[in-house]
Amino acid sequence: MTIEARFRLDWPGFSLDVDLQLPGRGITALFGHSGSGKTTLLRAIAGLERARQGRLVVAGTVWQDTSHWLPTHKRPIGYVFQEASLFAHLTVMGNLRYGMKRNGAAQRISLEHAIELLGIGHLLDRKPDRLSGGERQRVGIARALAVSPRLLLMDEPLAALDLERRQEILPYLERLHGELDIPVLYVSHSPDEVARLADHLVVMEGGRALASGPLAETLARIDLPIRLGEDVGVVLEAVVAELDRAWHLSRVDFPGGGLWVRDRGLTVGERVRVRVLARDVSIALERLSDTSIVNTLPATVTAIGDEPHPALCLVRLDAGGTPLLARLTHRSASALKLAMGRRVWAQIKAVALIA
Amino acid sequence: MITPEDQAAIRLTLELATVTTLLLLVFGTPIAWWLARTRSRWKRPVAAVVALPIVLPPTVIGFYLLLLMGPYGPVGRLTEELGLGHLPFTFAGLVVASVFYSLPFMVQPLQTAFESVGDRPLEVAATLRAAPLDAFFTVAVPLAAPGFLTASILTFAHTVGEFGVVLMIGGNISGVTRVVSVQIYDHVEAMEYASAHWLAGGMVLFSFGILLLLTLFHPDRSRS
Repeated sequence: MTIEARFRLDWPGFSLDVDLQLPGRGITALFGHSGSGKTTLLRAIAGLERARQGRLVVAGTVWQDTSHWLPTHKRPIGYVFQEASLFAHLTVMGNLRYGMKRNGAAQRISLEHAIELLGIGHLLDRKPDRLSGGERQRVGIARALAVSPRLLLMDEPLAALDLERRQEILPYLERLHGELDIPVLYVSHSPDEVARLADHLVVMEGGRALASGPLAETLARIDLPIRLGEDVGVVLEAVVAELDRAWHLSRVDFPGGGLWVRDRGLTVGERVRVRVLARDVSIALERLSDTSIVNTLPATVTAIGDEPHPALCLVRLDAGGTPLLARLTHRSASALKLAMGRRVWAQIKAVALIA
Repeated sequence: MITPEDQAAIRLTLELATVTTLLLLVFGTPIAWWLARTRSRWKRPVAAVVALPIVLPPTVIGFYLLLLMGPYGPVGRLTEELGLGHLPFTFAGLVVASVFYSLPFMVQPLQTAFESVGDRPLEVAATLRAAPLDAFFTVAVPLAAPGFLTASILTFAHTVGEFGVVLMIGGNISGVTRVVSVQIYDHVEAMEYASAHWLAGGMVLFSFGILLLLTLFHPDRSRS
C-alpha cells in the first residue's frame, strides 16, 4: 500500500503544490513551520479541503482525481484534530460510538482495544467538559481509532497541550505505532515528536515539500540540512543489547555497530531510538584508545557539504549502512584529507536516548 | 371577568402561535442553516429580506399579503384553482401571515446558534462517517439546542402579540380570526375597561414570564 498525493491549491496569499509518494505503513511526519501548508495537505487528504487540481490514490483506490471526488464521510480515515473537538453534547462513550456505529466496514479495532490502548476506561460516562486537556485528546485519538481507519490523520495532536500533558500522551502514540498496523500521517512542528515517532519524514515549506524520505536518510541529507530543533543530527533505530549495571550504561545496537548510552531502566531486547547530533560527532583516521569517548564506530565518508558558517563543513558518514553526520571545521577536514570513500572512525561524544 | 368570547380569543391565539412556531421550525431552520453556512453573495440580501418584518409596519405586510392572497393575487388564484378558496379572513390565512411576520424571530436566533456551533463539529462528524444530513441532525441540532429553544419562545411570543397583520388579513371574526390583541381592542372600543384589563394584564404577565424564561435558558456563552 502506498499513498499517492498530488495537490495544487491556490488561495489568496498561499498556495499548496505537492506531489508525494508516501509509504503505506508506519508514521509519516509532515514537518514544517506554521504556514508551510502541512495542515492544508492533511485536510486535502481527508477531503476537508478541496484542491481543484489533485489526485489522491490510497492503496490503489482513487479518492480524488479529475473525475472522482470521494466525500470525507466516505473515506476510510480517522482524523485527530489539534483541539480534541469532542462532541460536547455526548459523553465520552457517545463520542467513541458515534463513528463506530456509522462505520460500515469491518471492525478491525475493537472499541475495547481503543479504550484500553488510550487508557480512558475510567472516563466513559463523563461529558467532555469534565475532562482535562490530555484526557480529551486521548478520547479524540480513541474516537478516531474506533472507526477502524485504513489511514490515520493526526493534525498536531499535542500542540494545544502543555509539556506535561504532551509527555502524558506521547507514550500512547508510541504504543499505537508499535501495536497497530495503521499508516499514520502526523502533522507536527515539534522536532521532538518527529524524532520520537516518525519513520518517514516530509519537510514542508511555503506550500511545497522540500524533502520526503525515510527519517534517518532524510535527516542525513547534507544538501538540505534539516534542523530538528537547535541542530543537525540523525536519528537511529536500535535495540538494547547489553546492560552494564555497574556503570549504569546500556549498549544499543544498530546495523552500523553499538553505542553505549546512559541507562534509563531499559531492558534487553527493547527497541529504542537514539539521536546523534552532528556537533557531537568528530572524526579520527585511526581508532584512538586513550580517550574518554567510548563510542567509536568505523565509517566511510560519503559526502561533504557546507554549513552556513564558512569555517564549518558537514560530513556525511556511512556506518554499516546507517548514515551519520559530523560537523567539523574545513581546516580539520583538509588536514585529515577527508574525501569520498575515505575510511575513518567516527567518535561520538554524546548520544541522546529519545524513546 | 373573562367572557366565553375572551376564552375563544385566547384559545385561538394559542393555536395560532403554536401552529406558526411549528411551521417556522420546519421552514425557518433550513433558511437559518443556509444563512449561517453559505459564502454566497446572496447571503446579505436574503438576510435583509428575512429581517424586513422587524422594521416594516405590520399594516404594510398585511396589505401586500392581502393583495397576494386575495381573489386577484397570484396566490389567491392558485388557492382557488386548488379548490381551497381564498385565504384572507380564515385561520389558514392568519397562519400564513404570521409565518411571514414572525420569520426573523425564528431565523435570527437559529442562525446565531448555528454560527456559534461552527464548522469544526461538522468536520469531525464527516471524518466519523456521518453524511451531511446525518451530521446536521445528530451534531448541529443538538449543539444548537439552546438556540432552538430561544427561537421557538421568541416566535411564539411574537405571534401572540401581533395585531396589525391579524386585523388586515383576518379581520375580526369571533372564533375564527379574533385573537386576544383584537379582543382587547374591541373591549376598549366598547368602553369595557374591566374586561380589557383582564386580557391586557394577562398579556403583561405572559410577556414578562416569557422574557424571564428566556434569560433562564439563554446559553451561557462564556462557558467553553
